[in-house]
Amino acid sequence: MNVEPIIEIRNVHKSFKTVQAVRGIDLCISPGQFVAVLGPNGAGKTTLVEMIEGIQQPDFGDIFIMGKTWKGNEKYLRHLIGLSLQETHFIDKLSVWETLRLFASFFEIGKDRCEETLNLIGLEEKRKAWVVNLSGGQRQRLALGIALLNKPRVLLLDEPTTGLDPNARREIWAILLKLKNQLNTSLVLTTHYMEEAEQLCDYIVIIDHGKILKQGSIAELLGEIQDLPVKPLEIRKITLDDLFISLTGRHLND
Amino acid sequence: MIERISHNQLFQLILANIRELIREPGVLFWGIIFPILMSLGLGVAFTRKKDVVTNIGVIGQTHFRKITVPDDKLGNNTFIFQSLTWKEAMIKLKRGNLNLILEEKNGAVQYHFDPMNPDAQLTYLKLARVLNTPTSLGKATNSEILPLKVNGTRYIDFLIPGLIAMGVMMSCMWGVSYAIIERRSKKLLRRMVATPMKRSNFLIALITVRVMMNFVEAGLLFLFAWLAFNITVQGNVAALFALFIAGNFAFAGIAIFISSHTAKTEVGNGLINALSMPMMVLSGVFFSYHNFPEWSIPVIQKFPLTMMADGIRSIMTEGAGFAETVLPIAILASTGLIFFVAGMKIFRWH
Ligand SMILES: Nc1ncnc2c1ncn2[C@@H]1O[C@H](COP(=O)(O)OP(=O)(O)OP(=O)(O)O)[C@@H](O)[C@H]1O
Ligand SMILES: [Mg+2]
Repeated sequence: MNVEPIIEIRNVHKSFKTVQAVRGIDLCISPGQFVAVLGPNGAGKTTLVEMIEGIQQPDFGDIFIMGKTWKGNEKYLRHLIGLSLQETHFIDKLSVWETLRLFASFFEIGKDRCEETLNLIGLEEKRKAWVVNLSGGQRQRLALGIALLNKPRVLLLDEPTTGLDPNARREIWAILLKLKNQLNTSLVLTTHYMEEAEQLCDYIVIIDHGKILKQGSIAELLGEIQDLPVKPLEIRKITLDDLFISLTGRHLND
Repeated sequence: MIERISHNQLFQLILANIRELIREPGVLFWGIIFPILMSLGLGVAFTRKKDVVTNIGVIGQTHFRKITVPDDKLGNNTFIFQSLTWKEAMIKLKRGNLNLILEEKNGAVQYHFDPMNPDAQLTYLKLARVLNTPTSLGKATNSEILPLKVNGTRYIDFLIPGLIAMGVMMSCMWGVSYAIIERRSKKLLRRMVATPMKRSNFLIALITVRVMMNFVEAGLLFLFAWLAFNITVQGNVAALFALFIAGNFAFAGIAIFISSHTAKTEVGNGLINALSMPMMVLSGVFFSYHNFPEWSIPVIQKFPLTMMADGIRSIMTEGAGFAETVLPIAILASTGLIFFVAGMKIFRWH
């Protein structure tokens, strides 16, 4: 990797009153890379991602996006990134189309791109439906659409499929996979689902208690399983799940 | 050109707020129908003098049952006498069923009533005249009473400006702070500031839409009052507009300040109640604050609601113009500005 990283995180720390949410994380993400941040509840995923998004400030350490810090470059960086938060409720009584138009206006983007986005997320039929009447999966697709409006160089998605049924989850995956082949976009996505990380991402970061436990490509991580103290019973069933449990001592969805 | 405007974030924010507002059925009722019903109810109750029926408690036996004093100027007065024991009389007094008790002692009629209660005093004066007992308080005979019927002196003339000002206060305080707190608690604020949206545009859009809505509301209330009660604006209409805008801005600024931090609607509600309730009672919306103790009046006159209500009233009924209202306009506008700026400083977007 001799390309300049699109995101560089150096020794970042963040505490809330009594909790140390992130305790010294270093991470480099190259352009076009799709990275999954895996971890159980309370691992510090949201805190980490929101620091990358410039929504929260680290207590210590530095974050660079395309070589720039948030301080002093907010306006520039906001145009480059797209994101969806873990939980956002859009305005209940606006339609899908109106919501897209509203967010597009923040980026000074016109109708055509909204139309494109609507197609991309497959909500043409729901164009006039109020947000309040959408299903969970449709809402997540709308959130994803809003994240994609400005054709971001960096896409940050916090648990985009949590709480969705397998079908709705696959619809989101399909959109993201299409993106992977088309756009020059890097993705950081947090998830509880091993399968999601395997399907979408080339690089996996496992965190718990605010620290990175392991990172690497899927092949690298699976290779390491050979050296684990707790060995899976049958070799052919080895998955990332086994790695995860042996690292954290708990299941992902605990 | 049109396409350019429709990309404009302030335009889209305003549009979103308008859509949200008109898609909320409660807005129509609380914003438009309710104030009209209130002015209709209060206006009719206090403007057309109707027959007054007063219950009088009589201790012991009485041969009186009912006396009606015809009066085509002030409305007929009917007194209904009830024989009661002291105990029964006290209960009825406490419940507000009667406010005066008669007792015959040594051939003289004694009046028992609370001298602090103006209704009771009025009953006493009227009744004493009927019973032909000399009174020191009331010497006026009916022929000396000249009812005033000039527009501008009726209760409805007093009420409508107060209702307009109160509507603006309520609409701004509740509407603006509810919108902010709700968007904060739903993490929508956080999502919006994670885009290149200009933060001030968010608040400007919110205020603009409120002012627009308040214009419609006040306009309809005025239209109704004009049709039903023949109310007019006797003073300078431009000054009225300026005052109206300044008042809106003052209350919207206060609302932004109140909701600058919390993500809990209960906290917002509490703060708004704590501020708006005293003003509703004290600021002379429904009755003049000149009934309050002397020392409190200068304080009351500094409340934004008092300034707005008094200002609108002076323009509508006394024919005032900019000269008389420039001070309240300036004070209200700067109140809004100060709270807006202070609120923006401490505003929690996340
Ligand atoms: N605003 C906050 N105030 C106090 N504590 C917080 C705050 N945000 C996060 N925390 C704490 O920091 C830790 C990490 O939280 P974070 O939300 O980053 O976890 P997460 O990995 O995203 O979990 P989940 O999978 O449940 O979303 C948790 O212990 C959490 O309680
Ligand atoms: Mg989280």
